[in-house]
Amino acid sequence: MSSLTTTEADQAASARSKKRLTAFLFVVPLLAFILLTFVAPIGSMLWRSVHHPAVAELIPLTLVELQRWDGTALPDETTLNVFAQELHGLAKERLSGKLSEELNRAYTGMSSVVKSSARRIARIETEQLATQGAGTLLKAHGNWSKPEVWYAIKRAGAVYTYDYYLTALDLELHPEQGIQVREDTQIYLQLYGKTLNMALVITLFCALLGYPLAYYLAGLPENRANLLLVLVLLPFWTSLLVRTTAWIALLQTNGVINSFLLSTGLISQPIEMLYTSFATVVAMTHILLPFMILPLYSVMRGIDPSYLRAALSLGAKPIPAFARIYFPMTLPGLSAGALLVFIISVGYYITPALVGGTDGQMISNIIAFHMQRSNNWELAAALGSLLLGLILLLYWVYDRFVGASNIKLG
Amino acid sequence: MARSLTTRFSAFALAAALGTAGFAASAEESLTVVSWGGAYGVAQKKHVIDPFQKDTGVKVLFEDYSGGVAEIKAQVESGNIQWDVVDFEVIDLERACSEGLLESIPHEDLPAGVDGKSAAEDFIPEALASECAVGNIVWSVVFAYNEKTIGGTKAASIEDFFDTKKIPGKRALRKRPQVNMEWALLADGVAPKDVYEVLATPEGQQRAFDKLATIKDDLVWFDSWSQAPQLLNDGGAVLVQSANGRFYDAIRQENKPFVIVWDGHVYDLDAWAIVKGTQKKDLALKFIAYATGSKPLAGMPDVAYGPTRKSSMPLADPTAAPHLPTAHLDKGIQASSDFWADYGESLGEKFNEWLLK
Repeated sequence: MSSLTTTEADQAASARSKKRLTAFLFVVPLLAFILLTFVAPIGSMLWRSVHHPAVAELIPLTLVELQRWDGTALPDETTLNVFAQELHGLAKERLSGKLSEELNRAYTGMSSVVKSSARRIARIETEQLATQGAGTLLKAHGNWSKPEVWYAIKRAGAVYTYDYYLTALDLELHPEQGIQVREDTQIYLQLYGKTLNMALVITLFCALLGYPLAYYLAGLPENRANLLLVLVLLPFWTSLLVRTTAWIALLQTNGVINSFLLSTGLISQPIEMLYTSFATVVAMTHILLPFMILPLYSVMRGIDPSYLRAALSLGAKPIPAFARIYFPMTLPGLSAGALLVFIISVGYYITPALVGGTDGQMISNIIAFHMQRSNNWELAAALGSLLLGLILLLYWVYDRFVGASNIKLG
Repeated sequence: MARSLTTRFSAFALAAALGTAGFAASAEESLTVVSWGGAYGVAQKKHVIDPFQKDTGVKVLFEDYSGGVAEIKAQVESGNIQWDVVDFEVIDLERACSEGLLESIPHEDLPAGVDGKSAAEDFIPEALASECAVGNIVWSVVFAYNEKTIGGTKAASIEDFFDTKKIPGKRALRKRPQVNMEWALLADGVAPKDVYEVLATPEGQQRAFDKLATIKDDLVWFDSWSQAPQLLNDGGAVLVQSANGRFYDAIRQENKPFVIVWDGHVYDLDAWAIVKGTQKKDLALKFIAYATGSKPLAGMPDVAYGPTRKSSMPLADPTAAPHLPTAHLDKGIQASSDFWADYGESLGEKFNEWLLK
């Protein structure tokens, strides 16, 4: 046998690369889809949480002046004059509102201060402001004489910032004391903790309910198992909103469950179930249960029953045989299901918003608040990025101790 | 092969070009108008959208949203403007306007009322307060009870809302600080004219939270006005907060035994505004001038919202008059959009923190 000639080798190589190209072309649509709908949005979210050029674009000259400022007393008159002139320009171009919104975020209450000052300053000529701007500004509102306000403006002017991450971790940067716990409001860490806790409880319930059912289904003959699987899948195909509202009808004060319990005389007062974390856990467990059952079922189907029989015939008692032979073989399905349920429930939004009430809130609800109500997309992005980081971290921990290669979806 | 591909490609390009051309032609005469849906949306369709389409031949795509600025901000930032005209809550309007998300509207071009008075005289002053919008209705956040579930003592004042001894049972509020903070202070004895001044201080905010805390265990929170009549109907709560029109519609259309309590109501305006950068600004201006005319506005009392033109009242259904917020102004306060532009975010955070306590 002689080795291939150079031409033959080239032909083979070109055939191979052609095949690879064809294979790649098949993947292109999916790749483009993932890039466009998944990688790009997440990337832009990460970017937005650290990149914030709005203030720097609005008042560039003031920020240059503020570079010289030591941060203790009021900035010098020149700085204030420059700021007054820039504010004049912004007011003329109807951009002062944007500045007011941005500064209000850095220092609560500045929105109306900027707006009223801008109205006052817009009436004065620019040349006049070059010398008397500082005076006008200080007369317009007392807040302009506070060094904290100028410190906040300077911070807000940074194009690249980690301030939103500090806020998302309930921290703040103090001019003298450095990074410290936020004085104003502390909410986000608590919410992250609560979200993880809820997700864990939901995952646990899904496993407790899903495992026996999957075990039962896996032991049935194929045709009956398929019939029963449809019952598992039926709610899976039903709209999420319908399932959530069905729980509202069941759980509410005069709902199905309470009326039933009242009529049987088991209780004399209706139990408060809706708008609690209990309702969130129940509704989400129901909604996410198929994600647990399906991987478990398909893994259990693949397990040869003769292993368990062999263990029993070799003298193992039923429970140890199950725990030491059968259960370890179902672990890949269990971890896949648990991971799916956990990750989905960490980011869940609609169900907690509808049935969760006060104590059923999760981090996604506050992210939605910052997206829709307060309009602070940068903070929402920072909160979302932290959540993403947290999940990746948990996945890494999981991979270290259990091994990601163990996951089996079917 | 290459040739056929080119032919196919050019055919495709031609089809695409024709498609866009057809699209552009129809785009000239269509306008996307976004509002709140529900009974209010039905009234707007009947009295504003349909007559406008008939009179001008312009096709109006009438869509719903649930408030907030997020969608508009996304459209303006990406330059992909889908909505032309939006019905705003004034609380959101101030922020959207100051962020540069809206076009300015020349108020002097608005038509005179049917009685001949100029627009500036005909409109109530609040309706023309913002350069970005024209107010179209006065609506109000009120609370109501259900005759069937209230029991012997009926609620009559905002103090009763916070008095669980007098009226036991759950209370339902929308999950946000707006209006709820105002109510807490009013019930705690703050004079209506001082509410926003007190609320701007940390002590005042604490006072409002403390007052809300007295009924915290009896509070049910909801996220959308549409949930409110449902809660009152099925007994989920005894006293329920909502927009007055939602209750009025349930009372009138579905004969629900609801009673509205006007004491301490917080009234606000809704206003038409134009999304910045829309290609159809002229058409949008034309629509707003039409929609805020005396006659279309006279249809709004159908859902118990007060028209912002004085000349509309004589044209409106007289039976609705006692149910309009404008008939109860002495018992309420006006929502301050300036205050909420300043404190919306920080109080929103504090409110969520308080909820978790």
